[in-house]
Amino acid sequence: MLELNEVFETNAMISGENLDVRTITMGISLLDCCDSDLDSLCGKIYAKVTALSKDLVKVGDEIGLDFGIPVINKRVSVTPIAIVGASACRGADDFVAIAETLEKAARKVGVNFIGGYSALVQKGMSKADELLIRSIPKALSRTERVCGSVSLASTKTGIDMDAVKLMGHTIKEAAELTKERDSIGCAKLVVFCNPADDNPFMAGAFHGVTETDCVVNVGVSGPGVVKTAVAKTKGESFEVLCETIKKTAFKVTRVGQLVAKEASKRLNVPFGIVDLSLAPTPAVGDSIADIIQEMGIEYVGAPGTTAALAILNDQVKKGGVMASSYVGGLSGAFIPVTEDRSMAYAAGIGALTLEKLEAMTCVCSVGLDMVAIPGDTPASTISGIIADEMAIGMVNQKTTAVRIIPVVGKKAGDSVEFGGLLGSSPIMPVNPYRCDGFVNRGGRIPAPIHSFKN
Amino acid sequence: MNRVIVTLVGKDHTGIIAAVCNYFADNGINILDIKQTTVQEFINMMMVVEVEGSAASFPEIVSGLDRVGEKVQCQIKAQHEDIFNMMHRI
Repeated sequence: MLELNEVFETNAMISGENLDVRTITMGISLLDCCDSDLDSLCGKIYAKVTALSKDLVKVGDEIGLDFGIPVINKRVSVTPIAIVGASACRGADDFVAIAETLEKAARKVGVNFIGGYSALVQKGMSKADELLIRSIPKALSRTERVCGSVSLASTKTGIDMDAVKLMGHTIKEAAELTKERDSIGCAKLVVFCNPADDNPFMAGAFHGVTETDCVVNVGVSGPGVVKTAVAKTKGESFEVLCETIKKTAFKVTRVGQLVAKEASKRLNVPFGIVDLSLAPTPAVGDSIADIIQEMGIEYVGAPGTTAALAILNDQVKKGGVMASSYVGGLSGAFIPVTEDRSMAYAAGIGALTLEKLEAMTCVCSVGLDMVAIPGDTPASTISGIIADEMAIGMVNQKTTAVRIIPVVGKKAGDSVEFGGLLGSSPIMPVNPYRCDGFVNRGGRIPAPIHSFKN
Repeated sequence: MNRVIVTLVGKDHTGIIAAVCNYFADNGINILDIKQTTVQEFINMMMVVEVEGSAASFPEIVSGLDRVGEKVQCQIKAQHEDIFNMMHRI
């Protein structure tokens, strides 16, 4: 029988420490929608997405009510559109028509984001891949809910530097087309090395081609719960610290497992994975930086930060893996700057720099995330930043990502306000020295030696 | 969905448990277990109830308990017991 303290512990996590289920994401395969006629393709995409996800929002809300836990986002991810649209799209504008179809479908079913406006080009770009990438700025400026992602590298294939170069320009153009809203288009665009096919979190969610027809993936959260637990270990050894995080991550993930199984049952769709990621929001007490600071670092970015983040990431995995029958996605700690109040504050006082963030991405589950930089940053410099991040992922056999926002008309030290979950932050300075000669070489960086395991 | 955990937090005064129990009796909800503790002037109470025999839907029970909570000036929450079992039992 349950004890009073157990019940109240759970409810304190929910009401006082921002424990929530961050997202129920339904992955939908669009491979059977492929058609050489664009109108017919768009019609099939709309019909399939709206049919399969019509009850997603309702079921998410019902689960939230039954268990007394907020289910914040209900979302959809689809097969990378560069593949789905390959035989129908003759130009970039044809791909934009698909983006508008996805937007219409997302609005119809009430999901706040739909991911999968994506291309997988880690070894090379097909004509369709290139058209999709070139269409991204327009697609993101004309839609609110569509998220785009491009896979540029993997441990197995190396880094497609032609695509890295193109993405530098694409990000700049996406920023320019949404300049009247602080270049918000770039907040819906992420590039990856070693992306996860079952990631439920935006902007990088897409439904991988090896996935089944329709699946439910769940992302849990709970930085506030971990922070509260870590606060109770002040002055204790690393053993106590690690055990505390591990046990807390277990509890948080169990909620995700319950919600995932329940959503799968009620929607009659197979359960895919639970993503263990600790995802911050701009709300007070919902910060990853606060956990790191609670471990004994004055401000995130100070010496010791990378080690603290490594502990957090590893213990979250160790606790979470046992709590769920299937773990997947990114599963670790996210370190977005604008979406995490204390990260943004540390960037503002100079404790956190772009270079330190890059070091942190070696040990966390993603990469440079929601980093606002000066609008006049050259495209080649953005490509250089991306190449560095891709190299970290490729060599360390992990997912890395870049979601960077060159805010048009703003310079280092200015601030940017995206609102809602996207938050706000100061514009972070970028190293002014150039890398054009490197980025412009063209071609691919070969896969590292340790990828040859056959 | 038959066993539900009802929790109540608030400043202690006469008639709180009576108000909640009356609501359950009026709506065909069977109480299986009650645990409570009072720290200083605050009451923490937890009930395990069976809602299967009730004509009210779960959302109706949740909002009904909200109204009782307003009346007795306590926060009352109803949740399916699975969330607690999942978190605290392997």
